[in-house]
Amino acid sequence: MFDFALQSAWLIPLLPAIAFAVIGLGTRQNKHLSAKIAIAAISVSFVLAWSVLGAVLTNNITVEAPFIAKTVWTTIGKIELAMGMLIDPLTVVMLTVVTTVALLVEIYSLGYMAHDPGMGRFYAYVSLFVASMLGLVLAVSFFQMYVFWELVGLCSYLLIGFYYYKVSAREAAKKAFITTRIGDFGLLLGIIMLQIYVGTTDFAELQLQLPHYIDVSGTGLLTVIAFLLFIGPIGKSGQFPLHVWLPNAMEGPTPVSALIHAATMVVAGVYLIARAFFLFNQIPIVLEFIAWLGAFTAIFAASIAITQRPMKRILAYSTISQLGYMMLALGVGSVTASMFHLMTHAFFKALLFLGAGAVIEAMHEEADIFKMGGLKERMPVTCKAMTVGVLAIAGIPPLAGFFSKDEILAAALEHNFFLFLLGSITAFMTSFYMARLLFVAFYGELKDDCPAEETNDFMRYPLVILAGLSVVSGIWGHFFGFGEWVRFGAPVHEGINFFVASSSVILAAAAIWLAYAIYVEKRWSAHGLAAKWGIFYNLSYNKYYVDEFYALVRYYGCFMVARILYWIDLNIVDGAINMLAKLTGKAGGTLNKVHCGSVQLYVICFYGGAIIVMGYALIYAYKVLTMAGGAF
Amino acid sequence: MSEMISFANEATKLLHWIIDFVLNLAVNFGVPQLINAGVFYGIAGVVIMMAYGVVLFRNIVHSALCLTASFIALGCMYIFLSADFLGAVEIMVYGGAVAIIIVMGIMLIRREDMSHSNPGRGVVAHIAAGVVSALFFISMAAAVIMSPFGAPAEYKLSDSVTGLADLMLTKYIVPFEVAAILLLMAMVGAIIVAKGREADEA
Amino acid sequence: MIDLQKAFELIVNIGLPHCLLLSAVLFSIGLFGLLTRRSVIAVLMCIELMLNAVNLNLVAFNRFGSMPDHAGQLMAIFGIVVAAAEVAIGMALAIKLYRERNTVNVDELNELKG
Repeated sequence: MFDFALQSAWLIPLLPAIAFAVIGLGTRQNKHLSAKIAIAAISVSFVLAWSVLGAVLTNNITVEAPFIAKTVWTTIGKIELAMGMLIDPLTVVMLTVVTTVALLVEIYSLGYMAHDPGMGRFYAYVSLFVASMLGLVLAVSFFQMYVFWELVGLCSYLLIGFYYYKVSAREAAKKAFITTRIGDFGLLLGIIMLQIYVGTTDFAELQLQLPHYIDVSGTGLLTVIAFLLFIGPIGKSGQFPLHVWLPNAMEGPTPVSALIHAATMVVAGVYLIARAFFLFNQIPIVLEFIAWLGAFTAIFAASIAITQRPMKRILAYSTISQLGYMMLALGVGSVTASMFHLMTHAFFKALLFLGAGAVIEAMHEEADIFKMGGLKERMPVTCKAMTVGVLAIAGIPPLAGFFSKDEILAAALEHNFFLFLLGSITAFMTSFYMARLLFVAFYGELKDDCPAEETNDFMRYPLVILAGLSVVSGIWGHFFGFGEWVRFGAPVHEGINFFVASSSVILAAAAIWLAYAIYVEKRWSAHGLAAKWGIFYNLSYNKYYVDEFYALVRYYGCFMVARILYWIDLNIVDGAINMLAKLTGKAGGTLNKVHCGSVQLYVICFYGGAIIVMGYALIYAYKVLTMAGGAF
Repeated sequence: MSEMISFANEATKLLHWIIDFVLNLAVNFGVPQLINAGVFYGIAGVVIMMAYGVVLFRNIVHSALCLTASFIALGCMYIFLSADFLGAVEIMVYGGAVAIIIVMGIMLIRREDMSHSNPGRGVVAHIAAGVVSALFFISMAAAVIMSPFGAPAEYKLSDSVTGLADLMLTKYIVPFEVAAILLLMAMVGAIIVAKGREADEA
Repeated sequence: MIDLQKAFELIVNIGLPHCLLLSAVLFSIGLFGLLTRRSVIAVLMCIELMLNAVNLNLVAFNRFGSMPDHAGQLMAIFGIVVAAAEVAIGMALAIKLYRERNTVNVDELNELKG
């Protein structure tokens, strides 16, 4: 049975894709049928993905001996482009996580989108989104990955712009698409260079050929390639300079945010690096860069999240921060920690987002946490689930975040103490702002005009399931040998580094206490603190003015250049054209005197020309005939 | 009396000479060929004279009649050239339909005096036209004369209707259909163009 | 000294050149009329003459050429079809022209004069 799953793993992305086609072409108008089709497809994919997990476990498939099945998709010149599936533990982790989260999100959407007339469209997009992400996960080559990578980008555009009648949603969709496009371009350049200089983009072949290539040509060019390849993940996974699209992606429906932020789009970059780690591993300087950029992004985003007020935006910056963690883990060489955190983060971040969606829906689209308060009494189940999520992301044992974060911090400590320090500060901040969210929204006193009520079953049960997963996934991963299974190089034996563990737990607890003190006990006034640290508060609240900086660059960079070019166009290019036009006009004015309007004169001219041509032909023929001996 | 006799002698001599000449020709070239040539030149003469009539008459009705005659003669020429079906078509289409269209056109347009209904242009135009058409004829004639046409292939008399039908419905079916569409389009177009705008009728 | 015998032979043996010369004469007459007539209808008639000259060429080549089938005649038929269409449209245009301008003389129709 498991072998069957392994052989038919290609069905996993195909089924949602078919669901997309069916919904998009046929049943779009029928909301409930569309939802049923999408959920049926993802359910089968879900079952298949877990069966593949079983197959991988029973068939002794490891990262050294993956299961590969591929077929030639197209041939360009001498380059054969293959499509297929590469299944190893890394793939399986992603498959299970993506299908699980996607299934839960789609069930949740049954409740969340129930009153939206675009529900059919929503399910079509989500199905395509999941399909492309699953295709990306199964990719055998950079090329195939790139195809699905772009599809993911397209779907994110469609989903973020789902409420296309809202200007902000349209703008956010464009922003997401264009920003990630910058990264995609780097990735494409990297892939093309890889094809040109190494001769293949296939992961398995690359892994075989890369040592020879390095022996022959050194790592100089490979460094460039690795940097270019990393630009893709910078864009998709929201690393520092290109993170700006991610908070705006909140304009989409909340389940989409959960899907984008937790399990699909943003982790694609992390997955790409983990998948191609054999390449990055050869170039320490790129790894170093990844680690520092990841750490910087983590602390940068966390410091922004502290002061934000809309619930989803806090979670968005939290996502950027956690992605920075994953990058940090990759940069310090621990694929295990990165993937482990990816998995646990997928569960608790999906939980948080879906919880936030429930709250915001209950509050009638009010996202500002300071306008909520005391929701504990009104939404007990949601509150409990959110509490689990917050504790998980804060890294309180024995919840999931504790184990994965601990592993990342331990790996960072082994590598560089300063990176560890950055990570720890980020952990403190993370705990603080998540606790702030929880306390402000759920525990303070209930507002009088609060309309919130507990949500419906479709929205509640996925929260409960995700809360359960957030609790167990860390323990499960820790005690059942995640590190021996998903790894790069030698098996990793996970042990708890007590220094790291105790320090992070103490920091998290301290942060939660601090948040409690400020927002529940009101020992210190939040406004007072904000005023006291005004400059930092403003910087953080305005997201370090990155968007404004981009606007400035766009203004001075693009508009000024455009103005110069406009002048050139107006005076030089157009001038030349105008002169040509004037000349043509003059010539026409002179020549049209010939056109006297008499048809018969035209005929005379025409036949005159014909006679000249015929005369020439006759003379030529005469010459030929006399040379040939004469016909006369 | 003697004048009469000498005239009779002269006449007899001339007659003899003519008979000798004709017999000579007949002996040299064969009677069928002579008849052939006679028919050709006869028809060609009619065609050319009638064509000149088209060009030279001042009355456009006369021109139209000459045109019809020229077409009919040309149809005879086609028959002479063993294209019997085509000759029939020529006579029917040109000698019939086209002639009627032209005459009707004339009737619809001209309502006054017909005697100067086909005016020519000035002297300069006539000279220019004469020069151009003469040069054109000379170049074409030169081309014909210079071309080393071989002896005409032995022509097998065959049923040209069957042959044409075979070709028309097999190899040239597409041009045939296109021609049909062209005729339809011409018909519709002619009706629309000649009908005039609605505003004119109102 | 012109060889009378040969000259007669040339005249009497009707062949391709005779037909082509007849066609050339017809064409040139048509051309002359086209250039000198003022009435649109006369011009149209002259064009018909020229078209017929072309058709005669086709038939003559079919008769005296080496191709055994009737393709030349078929082309002539297509030529007749086109000419018929042309005369119909031309007449319609002439009538239209007369209604609009009250004249059918081509030398008075010089709107496109530059």
